[in-house]
Amino acid sequence: MKKFSFVAAAIVLLLSVFAVATYLYNSQKADDASANAQKNYSVLERDHSPTLGDEKAKVTIVEFFDPACGTCKAFYPFLKQAMEAYPGKIRLVMRYLPLHQGSDEVVNILEAAHQQDKFWEILEAAYKTQSDWTQHHVAQPEAFWKMLSYTKLDVENAKQDLKNPVIAQRIKQDIADAEKLNVTKTPGFFVNGKPLTSFGFQQLKDLIETELRNNYK
Amino acid sequence: MTESNERTPMPLDTAWVIIFICWLLATAGTLGSLFFSEVMGLKPCVLCWYQRIFMYPLVIIFLVGLFPLDRAVFRYALPVAIIGWCFAVYHYLVYSGYIPENLQPCSEDASCAEINLELFGLITIPMMSIISYTAIIVLLFIFRRRTQS
Repeated sequence: MKKFSFVAAAIVLLLSVFAVATYLYNSQKADDASANAQKNYSVLERDHSPTLGDEKAKVTIVEFFDPACGTCKAFYPFLKQAMEAYPGKIRLVMRYLPLHQGSDEVVNILEAAHQQDKFWEILEAAYKTQSDWTQHHVAQPEAFWKMLSYTKLDVENAKQDLKNPVIAQRIKQDIADAEKLNVTKTPGFFVNGKPLTSFGFQQLKDLIETELRNNYK
Repeated sequence: MTESNERTPMPLDTAWVIIFICWLLATAGTLGSLFFSEVMGLKPCVLCWYQRIFMYPLVIIFLVGLFPLDRAVFRYALPVAIIGWCFAVYHYLVYSGYIPENLQPCSEDASCAEINLELFGLITIPMMSIISYTAIIVLLFIFRRRTQS
């Protein structure tokens, strides 16, 4: 029995060491991410980025997204709900970060839609039909184009716009900014420049609510 | 208490402690590797996976062998530890450059030849793996000598 409690104590000890090390590592990483975001605050937003919500809103959510990313899709309605819950107080800025294979063409098309002022409409259509044009984490631009023919997007015009080097340039800029901000996964969220260091719906909700409290007293 | 002191001679207790240390090594290795992959986000390469496959079950084998102390634990644990040790040595040779990693098309999978963690500038993950496996194997042989007589 003595040996048994000896081993039990060892298990508890080892697991505690693991838990403490995890906690220390994560808090250190969160501090580093915050410091890095602060340092690169200026590249968080670009004038060309698609934006939703009131210009004067005091809480800005920046999301680095990939239209082929399932988690980005899952967070979209959550963001819309948050904006509806606090009308005029939240602004949403979308930045492109095509990490999935084939996504680069899809984000180009989204930016072409942006030129026609149809970014949000096409983004919603893209999320809605995601499983039709993304298979095994690979985006199929062909299928995406097919889906677009059912939307209000002027496809011929968009194809012309894709030749415009400005579009590719903007995407490149977004990807470069993501690298500077250390965003390696999508969705990558920043609320008023503060990175979401621990991922999850509740954590994002808490971060947004903290910023709302701090800016609307 | 006094009764157990009379019944169990000291050698058995030493033998028990040896297997307990083996269990500690295996458990520390398991938790450590999980820390690298799950907390720090380092992707385990293929060879790391094979070393994990032979390290993780040792935690259970040693634990079962401790209650009550089973002399046969040597026979069950040794082959597992030796196979794991071979993978660890092979891994060490690959990343030290003695054995070229097979030319493979570039992919997002982790490369076994790449060193992505160095503690104090010298201890790498495969090195820790070799040390743990070697210690376990040596301890198992000491255990057998202790329990043979």
